[in-house]
Amino acid sequence: MLVAGIKSRPVYGGLSVDPNARRHLFALEGEGALALTEEAARSGADFLKNADILYVASGSRAADHDKALTALGADTFWLSPTVPVLLNRLNVMLGQAKMGTRLYVAVTEGFIGQAMQVALNHGIDHASIRCEHRGSAARRVQCVHCKGVTDNVTTSPYVCTHCGLSLLVRDHYSRRIGAFQGVNIDAEEPGTAPQPEELFP
Amino acid sequence: MNINFRNETFRDDYTFRNSPETIRRFPFPFHEDKYMYSVNMEPHVPAGPAGHAYNNPIDVDEHYVAEMRDRALVLKEDPLRYQALPHMMAAQWDTLELLMESQAAAYPEHFSLTKDGDRWHWVNRPLGIDQTFTFGDASTLPMEPLEFITRQAQGDFCIVDQRDGNLWMDAGMVTTQADWSLDFDVGMNFFEWHGPVPLAHEIGVFERALKFLLNLQQGKPVRRLNWTMTINPRLDTSPENYHKWGPDRATVTPENVGDKVHLRCELQSLWRLPRSNAILFVIRCYLIKMEELVTIPKWGRRFHRVLRDLPPELIDYKGLTRYRPATVEWLSKFDDGKPTTPGIYPD
Amino acid sequence: MTINTEMKVRVAKITPVADKVKRFRFERTDGQPMPVFSGGAHIIVSMRDGQVLRRNPYSLMSAPGDTSGYEISVLRVENSRGGSAFLHEKLKEGDTLVLSQPVNLFPFDHRGKKHIMMAGGIGITPFMAMMEQMELEGRAFELHYAVRTRSHGAYWKELQQRYGAHRIKIYCDAEKLFIPVDAILENQPLGTHLYVCGPAGMISGVLGKARTHGWPKENLHSEEFLAPPPGKAFQVKLARANRTIDVASHQSILEAVEAAGIDAPYLCRGGACGQCETAVVSCDGELEHNDHFLEPDEKASGKKIMICVSRIKGNAVTLDL
Repeated sequence: MLVAGIKSRPVYGGLSVDPNARRHLFALEGEGALALTEEAARSGADFLKNADILYVASGSRAADHDKALTALGADTFWLSPTVPVLLNRLNVMLGQAKMGTRLYVAVTEGFIGQAMQVALNHGIDHASIRCEHRGSAARRVQCVHCKGVTDNVTTSPYVCTHCGLSLLVRDHYSRRIGAFQGVNIDAEEPGTAPQPEELFP
Repeated sequence: MNINFRNETFRDDYTFRNSPETIRRFPFPFHEDKYMYSVNMEPHVPAGPAGHAYNNPIDVDEHYVAEMRDRALVLKEDPLRYQALPHMMAAQWDTLELLMESQAAAYPEHFSLTKDGDRWHWVNRPLGIDQTFTFGDASTLPMEPLEFITRQAQGDFCIVDQRDGNLWMDAGMVTTQADWSLDFDVGMNFFEWHGPVPLAHEIGVFERALKFLLNLQQGKPVRRLNWTMTINPRLDTSPENYHKWGPDRATVTPENVGDKVHLRCELQSLWRLPRSNAILFVIRCYLIKMEELVTIPKWGRRFHRVLRDLPPELIDYKGLTRYRPATVEWLSKFDDGKPTTPGIYPD
Repeated sequence: MTINTEMKVRVAKITPVADKVKRFRFERTDGQPMPVFSGGAHIIVSMRDGQVLRRNPYSLMSAPGDTSGYEISVLRVENSRGGSAFLHEKLKEGDTLVLSQPVNLFPFDHRGKKHIMMAGGIGITPFMAMMEQMELEGRAFELHYAVRTRSHGAYWKELQQRYGAHRIKIYCDAEKLFIPVDAILENQPLGTHLYVCGPAGMISGVLGKARTHGWPKENLHSEEFLAPPPGKAFQVKLARANRTIDVASHQSILEAVEAAGIDAPYLCRGGACGQCETAVVSCDGELEHNDHFLEPDEKASGKKIMICVSRIKGNAVTLDL
């Protein structure tokens, strides 16, 4: 089974601000804060008076990115304790939002995938969501066999934390599930799985 | 035409067989002695010798009842094989109408559809179903319209929505697939769901195919043939169950090739749907054992040559690596080197 | 092998509906039902006008589920190339015509949480079929309809009666009332889609405003059928057929090719669908691209032409036909 060159791998265009948007809604995780602070430095801070920022620090608490975001002086800034709590607030805010609101998401693929799922349910076309991916290339992977999702997968193959099968991580990505696909690597001759390789550090 | 439906299985004891008549009607996918991807679409109009799988727009054969039983078993284990995003309801009704009308028109002994305005009466004799319902009102059917009708039609069914110059896989019933997951692919566009296919992207096959399909017209369905191979007559070769059927690939020996190795042909037909402007992909799977295939001398010769000369990427993608050498060796006994006639039909 | 899906129809009824607008009802001569279609679809009407065969696209306005007949409405255009003049002045009830299968290049987005339609003049017709379908499917919609005068505006009274004045809003030029595009765009819920059909200026104006309101392009839809613009006559050399034909000043390349008895593929005949894209072998002159289909770089390349609406300024062009 080939791993490279699959066309469903998402391409993230970066967090450039839409100058026409009436409202800017940022859902940011960890180092995603930098994507916004750099864009503000680049494009000027004008848009921030119409911006809402939802932030969860996740693994980069020590970097105090929340302080830098607070300092931007956006219309609203909210620090979430966890990803699910952030996604829940995002869901409610999108339910109240109007056309002309632009959604921006950063930073890990797992987080982008989950935020996008929330947005799709509000009838937002995925192509209109601006995303930036940086930092860890760790993947959110769904085991195609037991459907269990494992976050922060850095190797291929990896052992499914739910069903125990050894899984090849394919470059095949589902926006709806917000995850890459994991397929049993030694199904044809059980016990012959190669050693895991660190592919997504 | 009265069909004798076989009582057979596609799992466990694998009692699936083709009768001699069904062998002759098999949609053999190679029109010449070699194979490469192409946008090989042609109008889906009745064609072929009498009895051929191309005779009717929606084909029903002797495996119908057994295939529907196998589909029910797959769905019982894994309901995610049927999915429809909420905006696809109009397309669901379109599909129900197309399948009911086609089956009733071609096989009146087995199916009948009578309409009194929106009040429809559907009778499926082979499966013992008698259903009166209101077209357009999902609450008058025991399940969603697409699930209801695709539990009564052979083949996998995908409905793709057309928007923004692309096609989106937004609904389907997929239980007889060649190693792809509907649950994973729902919501993907044309390029994304074909992502794992090697070589074809590079030679522009998908760009051309998409352009063609975006202008597919109502009343002008098209078809193409695709193929792979399967060990044992197993319909459900899903990635979900790969760890269950994958080991079969290591069980092929020179002695059992004829019985165990199957050519798996997909007759894909594509239909523009009227109410939804969506496109229905029908992916109908036909299986044939090597020992059945070589009863048609032309097919034995040709398939030997195709398999022997297949590009390595396709061998890998189609999962043939382990058993191709043994199969080519077995088939070589049926290839006397004589030229073959053009086209897919038996001589 | 091709399937002939054209439908022979009889003109069942011609109804004047407003200034310079007539409605035509077609029923099949073989008594078969018309195909169901989707709101926004059009058909190509083939008309035998003396020696000339005219083929024009018209949006279907009847209820998409009504298989007893199809209805279109046609505006009598001042400097008509012949289609609307023929339909208005020569066609009689009982005459026969040929229709293509319906084709939809202006479908509504089934995911939409709400649908806003803006029509100018005769651009109302696709929305009439769309609203029928949306009503049946229980979708949220509203129509904003601009007319020159109340007597020029077709169907506005019937539409208000059927769907209510809260959903059907009329704006009349003569009364100095215009569609308040900015106010409408202001407060729509996420997942709203906007559809515009009318004169070119109206379409570009409304879509431009929508973009400045931050609406993403995925939520914006429009349809404009281009009539092939006239120009100077020129010659077309058909490389495959090995023939040379003349394109008259009021004729499109596609029409000239058809008049010469050669089949070329088409679907919309209005520069939108891409079906008639043809490779240019060489050109003694300058290509005049009039379509909405080719990308700017494709137009600049000089290698492709949409023969339904585009022509050349010059002597001759050689096409891969």
